[in-house]
Amino acid sequence: MTSVAIEACHLVKDFGEVRAVDDVSFSVPRGTVLGMLGPNGAGKTTTVRMMTTLTTPTSGRASVAGHDVTTEPDAVRRSMGLTGQAATVDELLTGRENLRLIGDLYGLPPARVRSRAAEMLERFSLSDAGDRVVKKYSGGMRRRLDLAASLIAAPPVLFLDEPTTGLDPRSRVELWEVLRGLVEEGKTLLLTTQYLEEADHLADDIVVIDHGRIIAQGTPLQLKDQSGRASIVVTVSRADDLLEAERLIRAEVAEVHLDVADRQFTAPAEGLSAITRIAEVFQGAGIELDDIGLKRPSLDDVFLHLTGHRAEDPTTDAEELSA
Amino acid sequence: MSSIPTPTTDATTRAADAQAHAEQPLSTDSGSSFLRQVRALIRRNLTHTKRQPEMLTDVTIQPVMFVVLFAYVFGGSINIPGGSYREWLLPGIMAQTMAFSSFIVAIGLNNDLDKGIIDRFRSLPIRRAGVLIARSVSSIIHSSIGVVVMSLTGLVVGWRIHEGVPKALLGYALLLLFGFAMIWIGIYVGSSLGSVEAVNGVMFSTMFPITFLANTFAPTQGMPSVIRHIAEWNPLSSLVQAMRENWGNTGALPPSAAWPLQHAVPVSIAWSLLIAVVMAPLAIRAFNRRTSQ
Repeated sequence: MTSVAIEACHLVKDFGEVRAVDDVSFSVPRGTVLGMLGPNGAGKTTTVRMMTTLTTPTSGRASVAGHDVTTEPDAVRRSMGLTGQAATVDELLTGRENLRLIGDLYGLPPARVRSRAAEMLERFSLSDAGDRVVKKYSGGMRRRLDLAASLIAAPPVLFLDEPTTGLDPRSRVELWEVLRGLVEEGKTLLLTTQYLEEADHLADDIVVIDHGRIIAQGTPLQLKDQSGRASIVVTVSRADDLLEAERLIRAEVAEVHLDVADRQFTAPAEGLSAITRIAEVFQGAGIELDDIGLKRPSLDDVFLHLTGHRAEDPTTDAEELSA
Repeated sequence: MSSIPTPTTDATTRAADAQAHAEQPLSTDSGSSFLRQVRALIRRNLTHTKRQPEMLTDVTIQPVMFVVLFAYVFGGSINIPGGSYREWLLPGIMAQTMAFSSFIVAIGLNNDLDKGIIDRFRSLPIRRAGVLIARSVSSIIHSSIGVVVMSLTGLVVGWRIHEGVPKALLGYALLLLFGFAMIWIGIYVGSSLGSVEAVNGVMFSTMFPITFLANTFAPTQGMPSVIRHIAEWNPLSSLVQAMRENWGNTGALPPSAAWPLQHAVPVSIAWSLLIAVVMAPLAIRAFNRRTSQ
């Protein structure tokens, strides 16, 4: 048993003249989550397709649960579950029939297929809907069923390709809960996402991928540190104090941004001591504060810093929905 | 591999934890499971038909309408020397319906490819040929329903089999063999084209005329010579002629009929095998190319 559940070594995939994935390497320790972050067309899906034996790498090597994806594809398929970009469940079957079909195809003993299907429906709160045709399911229910299908044979590794794309915020948060539960059980997850917030929430490690190349990797914290400065955010309690507060804070730091509506100052933080100093100044002047704290740059800032463009491009999102 | 991310402490503990009691994949039976996989996939395809009975219109309502149209509307003006037009017509419509079974395969497969269902299947530890085999068997079952419906309709409008049981069965066997060949065309078209609409368009504009440019609905003797030549060499014509002969639904063939019609049974078998042998590798290649993107 190795402690590495998923490994990619210099993976390359060419489609004709186009290099979709260019020298991608990463490794995911057992029981952890790797978030693969990047915009549409960055090569995330192609990477997942190579890792899940759906397409063969042009060069490079990859393994899942210790099995090589090109030389032992069947062992890889036995060790992993895949939840694709669109929820790939069968619309004309019921939830239960979908799960049984996948269980049968995995080759589980028939009695086990029945009990596992019931277990999975229960676990993903689909018991009531289990005998309804999937066509009548909501987007969130489909995703949960898709995930249940991937888990029916209890594979130790899961690949999730944009698991929450197209979901409403509530369903998204619900799915995050489910995914966190899986990690607690010891599953290893590789998930791709365009949502920085999602990678930040779920991933232990993140690789940022753009134009087929990894442009940064590390923990969410490391990535945030890498892209520069944190800011101090101060919220003043009374609007009457704003003028006085602004005068005081400008005396302490050079670059201040004031948001009048929110009674909020934002200033670059030069170390933690700046917070204490500003807090003392305000206390001395008798200005009450609602809040004072340090704000780290979000992954959104990081992505912008690394690539020069935003990860969540509203136009690409709209295209995806209409597709 | 210089820059593998360093896991956080939290993650490291969890990794160790997970290693201690990692859930192993549930044991799967290997070996004889191929049949079970194919059976599960066939069951799934048939459930589709059950949930969407309108999928059966192409092998039920449509051919019955054709029987009624041709038997009662056009039939009066088509003369069959030495036989009744209604009896003569039935094998033609059955063969046309079987040719259309390539439609069913193409549309079903294209739909599954399009929706990512095939990818899901391919990510499972199954023999990938099972997906195509299941698709083919489902299509044969689908067409067989049509054959039964048409036989019953035929009996109602006065069609009868005049030869013995072995010849009757040979007629049906030739029909199914042709259906098998059509499946490969379906897999080829379904894998090659981008959307169900495209499949529909291409199949309709090719298969439809092909099934009319034959001896299916009208005798070839009355056609202009070039057309007649094409019609008589149409694989469908030898099949229809072979069925008519085996079921006693036709009079003597005119001596001017082309060679394939003079040897309808062996030629029909040869056509079906030839189509299958040529189309199967093309179909498998198209399917593999489509799925390995």
